[in-house]
Amino acid sequence: MPDLLQQLLNGLSQGSIYALIAVGYTMIYGIIQLINFAHGDVIMVGAYVALGCALKGLGFIPSLAVAMLTCAILGVLIERVAYRRVRPVSRLAALTSAIGVSLFLEYIMMYFLGADLRTYPAGFFPERTYSLWGITINNKDLLVLGTTLVLVLILQYVIYRTRTGKAMRAVSFDGQASQLMGINVNSTVAITFFISSAMAAAAGLLYGIYFNSVQPLMGLMPGLKAFIAAVLGGIGSVPGAMLGGILLGMTEALVAGFGGSMYRDAVAFIILILVLLIRPTGLLGKGVQEKV
Amino acid sequence: MDNLKKYLSTIIICLVLATFFVAVQWGISSGFISGYWVTNLYLVGINIILAASLNLINGFTGEFSLGHAGFMAVGAYSSAVITANLGLPFPLAVIVGMLAAALTGLLVGLPTLRLRGDYLAIATLGFGEIVRVVLMNIDYVGGASGLMGIPALVNWPIIFFSVVLSLLLIRNFICSSHGRACLSVRENDLAAQMMGVNITYYRVLAFVIGAALAGLAGVLYAHYYTILQPREFSFMLTFDVLVMVMVGGLGSLTGSVVGAVIITIASAFLQAIPELRMVIYAVLLILSAIFRPQGLLGEKEVTLNNLQKLGGVFNGTVGSKQAH
Repeated sequence: MPDLLQQLLNGLSQGSIYALIAVGYTMIYGIIQLINFAHGDVIMVGAYVALGCALKGLGFIPSLAVAMLTCAILGVLIERVAYRRVRPVSRLAALTSAIGVSLFLEYIMMYFLGADLRTYPAGFFPERTYSLWGITINNKDLLVLGTTLVLVLILQYVIYRTRTGKAMRAVSFDGQASQLMGINVNSTVAITFFISSAMAAAAGLLYGIYFNSVQPLMGLMPGLKAFIAAVLGGIGSVPGAMLGGILLGMTEALVAGFGGSMYRDAVAFIILILVLLIRPTGLLGKGVQEKV
Repeated sequence: MDNLKKYLSTIIICLVLATFFVAVQWGISSGFISGYWVTNLYLVGINIILAASLNLINGFTGEFSLGHAGFMAVGAYSSAVITANLGLPFPLAVIVGMLAAALTGLLVGLPTLRLRGDYLAIATLGFGEIVRVVLMNIDYVGGASGLMGIPALVNWPIIFFSVVLSLLLIRNFICSSHGRACLSVRENDLAAQMMGVNITYYRVLAFVIGAALAGLAGVLYAHYYTILQPREFSFMLTFDVLVMVMVGGLGSLTGSVVGAVIITIASAFLQAIPELRMVIYAVLLILSAIFRPQGLLGEKEVTLNNLQKLGGVFNGTVGSKQAH
């Protein structure tokens, strides 16, 4: 029993990181129907920026803030340079451009900073462990859960309680109609990229601390898995992305804990195939009929 | 007259290919072409097969597959098991390699291709990564250190005829009614469905053929390099092929050949700076997506007819005959 709880706790921490990333995927997909392949690499950039801040002696909160702001601007820049002109042309061109951006970020980082694995300085986040009813709780877990919870609550507020959020929901519901209602679609898309990239940066820092490693390709796998989490929850649905992220994290932790860690990476893709076969709209997604 | 002209161009193409084949064969056997360039020549051949088969999926059917490295790995490893581990003949290895890749293509494609193309991109990307991880963990095929001692059975004739037959297969497929169905799926899947085209069937068909040919490229790769390592089949390989297809033109078979030749040779020159090479390719990909999303040649093919027209333009006498 304590074993099971321990695995579930690990899964919850990792799942909430996935959730933070998945929220970004789902928001961008919801608003422009594009898989933003570069999203995973924004995570990586966020982790590096935070690492730079940490090496300069900044604490956790300031590093997080700097990383989030930098990546938010990077996200807007990516949308402006690589997606805006391509989006109306064709989906395939937009996907191609997104892959180009992803590879560009990965290898420009590798070129300037090297492929070596780096870690956050020892004093940046002192580790402590507590034990409770036979399970070990690391303060990393608490940090990840706490940060995720705060960010998700802020996001929920922005999306459902502000004018900007209303505009975002309107554009993702029907871009053309919202344009007719006087919503500036381009700036709404830019704001979506701003917010989702900031979330990705936070996820990057948390991922870097949780697994104690930062390297140029670190965003690839969590990015893919978070997308699958978003599909699992129903793409386009923010609560769905959170649910999907946490479910995916827990499933992975259970498989890694009781089966074999070799199959850990395969789990997500099996889930993807199953979701696509059984319920393509995801758990909380609504089916949309294609019309001519 | 038209009939004669049609045969004439076929005859000319055959003659050009035969001359090229004999010339290179002589060049290799006499040592006129150095070992370095022979390796690059074989690599060009393998890359042509990869690019043309990816173009069948991405360019002609309008899907977005990122799993070519995975299919190539499946073909390479399964054929290597046949020849190296079991000691069976090479033709059987080719068949097994292609079948294995086609079967995995079917397994990946069937659930994902029922839906919109974007899911295929993620599923195939993940598939490629999983293939690598699984191969690293199977000791029977050498694990992470790789599979060694594969017999070197690939020579110039095998590469040449594999490339020609693959291109011929794809061309004939596209020109058949099945191929036209695939094109209609690309142009407008909804309209195609209305006209009674079973869009899932044709998407899966094109995807499986593409996967089988990627498997063939893997077989050739395995039996030329005689050593296989899982890390060779990373996403970078798929990305290279994608760049070839984009450079050559989505939906242009001859474009894929041109793209494969250009990118393979460029890669050979940029070998010393691997990271910068990827940065350059990434920028190339972004720029082509923004300014020329259909690729360099677009859907145009390099045919004798078009070349003639081009000559006409230069001579100031534009022929009245249209391309197609």
